[in-house]
Amino acid sequence: MVDKSVMARQFIEAIPHAKALGLKLTDIGDGTAVIAMPYDEKLIGDPETGVIHGGAVSAVMDTCCGAAVMSHKDAPGGTATIDLRIDYMRAATPGQTIITTATCYHITRNVAFVRAVAVDNNTDTPVATAAGSFTVEKLF
Amino acid sequence: MSRKRPEPMQVVKQRRDAALNALVHGVPYIRFLGIEFDRRGDELTGLLNFNETQIGNPFLPAIHGGVTAAFLEVTSIISLSWAYLWPDIESGAIDVEAMAKGQLPGLPKTIGFTVDYLRSGLPRDAYARAIISRSGRRYATVRVEAWQDNHTRLFAQGVGRFRMPHTPRD
Repeated sequence: MVDKSVMARQFIEAIPHAKALGLKLTDIGDGTAVIAMPYDEKLIGDPETGVIHGGAVSAVMDTCCGAAVMSHKDAPGGTATIDLRIDYMRAATPGQTIITTATCYHITRNVAFVRAVAVDNNTDTPVATAAGSFTVEKLF
Repeated sequence: MSRKRPEPMQVVKQRRDAALNALVHGVPYIRFLGIEFDRRGDELTGLLNFNETQIGNPFLPAIHGGVTAAFLEVTSIISLSWAYLWPDIESGAIDVEAMAKGQLPGLPKTIGFTVDYLRSGLPRDAYARAIISRSGRRYATVRVEAWQDNHTRLFAQGVGRFRMPHTPRD
């Protein structure tokens, strides 16, 4: 049997845009994924403060949620986002890595439901939270 | 009593384009994604120039959902900022030269953003247009739609809620 965690990790690391963002998958398995996005000046959204753009946070959230779906025991193969909602609580502190944790908390034959949270060094208050639904695809 | 003679077209155009250029190119992340804006009068259309680093699924291939989300969000913020700054750009109250040097005015901050993925994003250019549902003193809501070859076949749509910048006028 194929180890799904290994498959998911390989899948994530083969994504060109994940590479462009410098994403690192630090943990995956059983419907949960953790992805880190190191601080990079090219991702700045506010040049005055050096705060990372919300769009970059959306991109990690989306990747992390997709990875969480693929690592779920009931997901046979790939996935695609149906919808994703992101709430921004505060600006990420410039210079710090953003770490997102996503959990696929329910899955049916066709739809997977996912929640995610992003933090920086201050893990008490989230930078952003996300909630979304994803397709459940057959083996690709 | 006659009305004031209109400014020459190139003066108006130059000021508008300089302001837009400063707004868009002053943000590293917008440059990173390769997003540009096409302006016709006060109307903006976002342009996502395709490149290989935007791929999210190499097997299809398809544009990364995060790129799509970011494109919608960038188009929303720039369109909202543009509408908000427009009166000051027209009157000349905004110092466009200072903007070009990086002194950008306060911009709206995203409170929340929701994206519907309607079709997979093909590996080619995409376009987006934002409609400001409401822009108040403190909050704004913006709808945004993105398409590729055919305007009637949207590949994504979204809604954003924003906190408007504090202005000295408040």
